[in-house]
Amino acid sequence: MGRYVIRRLLQMIPVFIGSTFLIFIMVYALGDPVAALFGDKAPDPATAARIRKDLYLDRPLWEQYVHYMGQIFKGDFGTAFNGQEVTELMATAFPVTLRLTLVAIFFEVVIGITLGVVSGLRRGKAVDTTVLVLTLVVISVPTFVTGYLIQFVLGVKWGWVRPTVSANAPFGELILPGLVLALVSLAYVTRLSRTSIAENVKADYVRTAVAKGLPRRRITTRHLLRNSLIPVVTFIGTDIGALMGGAIITERIFNIHGVGYQLYQGILRNNSPTVVGFVTILVIVFLVANLLVDLLYAVLDPRIRYA
Amino acid sequence: MRGATHAKWAACAVAVALAATACGGGSDSGGGGGAAGIVSSSWGDPQNPLEPANTNEVQGGKVLDMLFRGLKRYDAKTGEAKNMVAEKIETTDGQNFTITLKDGWKFSNDEPVTAQSFVDAWNYAADVRNKQNNAPFFADIVGYADLHPASGEPKAKTMSGLVVKDPKTFTVALKSKFSTWPETLGYQAFSPLPKAFFTDHSAWLDKPVGNGPYTVDSYTKGTGMKLRKWEGYPGEDKAQNGGVDLKVYTDNNTAYTDLISGNLDLVDDVPAQQLKNVKNDLGDRYINQPALIIQTLTFPLYDPQWGKEGMEKVRRGISMAINRDEITQQIFRETRTPAKDWTSPALGEKGGFKSTLCGEACTYDPKAAKALIQEGGGLPGGKMTLTSNVDTGSHRDWMDAVCNSVNNALGEGPVCTVNPVGTFADFRNQQSAYKLTGPFRSGWQADYPLIQNFLQPLYYTGASSNYGKFSSPDFDKLVDQANQETDAAKAIASFQDAEKILAEQMPAIPLWYQNGSAGHSERVSDVALNQFSVPVYNEIKVS
Repeated sequence: MGRYVIRRLLQMIPVFIGSTFLIFIMVYALGDPVAALFGDKAPDPATAARIRKDLYLDRPLWEQYVHYMGQIFKGDFGTAFNGQEVTELMATAFPVTLRLTLVAIFFEVVIGITLGVVSGLRRGKAVDTTVLVLTLVVISVPTFVTGYLIQFVLGVKWGWVRPTVSANAPFGELILPGLVLALVSLAYVTRLSRTSIAENVKADYVRTAVAKGLPRRRITTRHLLRNSLIPVVTFIGTDIGALMGGAIITERIFNIHGVGYQLYQGILRNNSPTVVGFVTILVIVFLVANLLVDLLYAVLDPRIRYA
Repeated sequence: MRGATHAKWAACAVAVALAATACGGGSDSGGGGGAAGIVSSSWGDPQNPLEPANTNEVQGGKVLDMLFRGLKRYDAKTGEAKNMVAEKIETTDGQNFTITLKDGWKFSNDEPVTAQSFVDAWNYAADVRNKQNNAPFFADIVGYADLHPASGEPKAKTMSGLVVKDPKTFTVALKSKFSTWPETLGYQAFSPLPKAFFTDHSAWLDKPVGNGPYTVDSYTKGTGMKLRKWEGYPGEDKAQNGGVDLKVYTDNNTAYTDLISGNLDLVDDVPAQQLKNVKNDLGDRYINQPALIIQTLTFPLYDPQWGKEGMEKVRRGISMAINRDEITQQIFRETRTPAKDWTSPALGEKGGFKSTLCGEACTYDPKAAKALIQEGGGLPGGKMTLTSNVDTGSHRDWMDAVCNSVNNALGEGPVCTVNPVGTFADFRNQQSAYKLTGPFRSGWQADYPLIQNFLQPLYYTGASSNYGKFSSPDFDKLVDQANQETDAAKAIASFQDAEKILAEQMPAIPLWYQNGSAGHSERVSDVALNQFSVPVYNEIKVS
């Protein structure tokens, strides 16, 4: 188990280096950010040259990358153009997005799995059909449509909630945006667990449990659900990274100053330290989430062992 | 029990995640509609650190306008440069100026505003080591080149053209005659700076100190700034409200949503998608007024195909093929006004705006357009491509409309196509590297309400923002003449003569003047925009 974790951690290093390098090239390919700093006016050549030198932009690409990675290992993620340290940006943005993601995951787990179990156990019944139709609708409507719609109806028209989230983004205000962010994934979680449950309900071990006379509740939670959760856990695990990075739309709609907003600003302003820094952290989140998912398999199914 | 140990692992991971989020939670929940007497207003993250000489966009400019008062200040209604901190600015030759300050001005940390405050600030701005975006504004002063050499280290720490005579007086020597130079001093780059700026720079950036009607109460970068009325402000334009809370929005649509649901008092940029609802939503709380902004379509005259003799007919023809009236109504819902010269109506007739200058070359006439283009030899290679960034400003929509307009006029099929560039940064790179081979968008927001600022930086030979590389000795001569003229009316007439050359040569097609658009809540009144489309915050009253 411990060796397995160490091996996995070592494997992360090449993945980490490769992905950051790709991001670095992509941001670099967007072009020189300095010209845009001057607005509609022509950049003053002497000033622009100084800025380029300070940002290490006057060197070849590989040198820039080596320099950047060297700094990262010292904990220095560079500076955004408005003079803020990227680490400072991260310290404000990541907790906000993490809270949003947790809210979203919470909805996915609670609502998604419950609906999945309910409809899986009643396959072909009215409940099942309703859930299938509803999830289909949710999947086919883009997030920005549901986001603006819910915001308009609940926030502006009826005035039940504040349409935007305040700067500190406490959990209470994140419920609505979290639900919007979760909706599509939630539908997938429902469908995945429904299928999985529907398949396993006919399995031998369930029949054995029923024959043993175990209470129905215990069969469903301890036997059926636990075995059916593996594909669902895989999905939710990879979804953590996707939600954190993909919150751009939701964060824009609800004015949340999280990772999505900072990434968007970074891309718009061609600010490589911000973009690469944030994506680097997201890559780490992805890798760790994947590792956790793999470890959870063993919890769910003791037959899966890691040496 | 293998399972149990695994479960512990998982629980630990969750605990770590929860702990990480807990540290992000703050105490106060941020004001909504704002406290009594406080105006809440939408804001965007300033692009550069908030130094006066490093700020060249509206969001940072908004704050500087509340925090600083310079030698002069532009009247929000007329654009006239009126003395503010300056008692008088005297000259006999239009080249050497003596500036005397008024008594009683101080910074909000009680430090007096002296001649030295200006000279230090200007030297700091010009010094290439400080990498200030607005450094070229000081290029007219003698000694600029020593402090801001084209390459290598600066030879000096100060500009020799700036001399402090006594705490209230300093002199400025310019390299050449520039009679309207004092009028440029209302621009924020010329603001004075307190000693604290130089002694503890990073602390100052965290909480800027100025000499304007407001002080910074708190500033959270990327989130917002709370400004409060400075009770000790010595100027006459005291704040009429208790303060302003600027809130950074991720998207101006969201800000608009907050405005109509009562969580925000002021939005100074109504998003294009909402323009069709805005009159219904806000009624007379919607403001739509001309600003010092013009959008043009510049031709790459460095490309021989566009720059060769005789092409001016084609360029004029393209201008006449554009249906400006329809585009400004359909796409921009009258937040743009069809352009009839190369300046802006916000300058006023007195300032040099003249609606007849472009004449028939800016009037939609598809038949004449086709005839002119054919007479000039047709489009180069029978085609043209329009280029602009498309990340903001409905640029994609109007480019399509302009192309349709041209295609319809010519009737030769789709000869005009659009080249959308993803980001502003990328577009700026292609533009400033002179790589574009067809007409491209060029927006210009004036730094000060002077006709000079609309013409010289854009069309003078070798000028800094002359992206089409237009060059006309006659034009240059008229601009020089205007700059040397001490009589304002004569100077403006000379600039307008220069503009007539633009009408003949058409190096850039004037498309439309851009208005400032704003909306406000019922809580506030006396909301107005100045010529830079920035709200005049100190005039706003809260009921």
